[in-house]
Amino acid sequence: MNELGLTPFLLLSAFLFACGVVCVTTKRNAIGVLMGVELILNAANVNLVAFARFNPAFRLEGQVFALLVVVLAAAEAAVALAIILNFYNNHSTVDVDEAKNLRG
Amino acid sequence: MSLPVILFAVVGAATCASALGVVAARDVVRMAVWLLFTLVGVSLIYFLLGAEFAGAAQLIVYVGGTLVLVVFGVMLTAHGPLRELRTRRTEWFVGGALGVALFTLLAVVSLKLGSPTAGEDPLPGPGPLGMSFLGATDTSPKGAVSGTPTGGVVRTPTAYLLPFEIVSVHLLVVLVGAAYLARAKRKRPQA
Repeated sequence: MNELGLTPFLLLSAFLFACGVVCVTTKRNAIGVLMGVELILNAANVNLVAFARFNPAFRLEGQVFALLVVVLAAAEAAVALAIILNFYNNHSTVDVDEAKNLRG
Repeated sequence: MSLPVILFAVVGAATCASALGVVAARDVVRMAVWLLFTLVGVSLIYFLLGAEFAGAAQLIVYVGGTLVLVVFGVMLTAHGPLRELRTRRTEWFVGGALGVALFTLLAVVSLKLGSPTAGEDPLPGPGPLGMSFLGATDTSPKGAVSGTPTGGVVRTPTAYLLPFEIVSVHLLVVLVGAAYLARAKRKRPQA
């Protein structure tokens, strides 16, 4: 790890984040939106682990935060899929544009 | 060109390509497969950064757990033979512009941040991190693991035990809630 600095990892994370945002904004399938959210969380995790590697004051906390984010992402995916399944049971579609039941 | 640079180039390129695949794929199943490659690539990036515990957790929890959950969701909501939900052209344009703008902003900030090099001491790998979670270290999590404490802030050995417990209880509650939410209680009307 002599020539490899922090910037390439930050650029990779920025690319993953941008991909996730595009995925969230353009997909109409609710599960596709969920996958975009997973991409965004992974981008944040790459940043955390990279800063843990290159910042001595952030050494162990970065990895711990990344682990917590991974676990919370698993929980979020479980709840989101439960909501999507419920929505599919009631509306027979997973199109997020059709989710207007709570609109006043 | 040292080996880590080459490894980072290969793994990073593969990860970016599969992330683009997630964005570009229309079929949800193909999106899931591209997401699988992306998550494996991110875990390899973790290994490259010396975070073996985080990489292993990424492989186990994400690839082994979350992605299986997503694939189950895809299968349970498959509406006819792989029905596609098309995105309108203006939405693609707006989303793509937003993504390009965000990436440009973040890239400019990253390049301006400079590139500090890694310290000379090796990272605490799986050993100290796992031991800190278990509260089994005899020194602080930031100090040497088996050697003598190097001064500075000395933490209790159970530094990360409470967050770990909170997360595990949270996961249990969330899974029970998800099972309650997703139970089949009414038949869906035939559309």
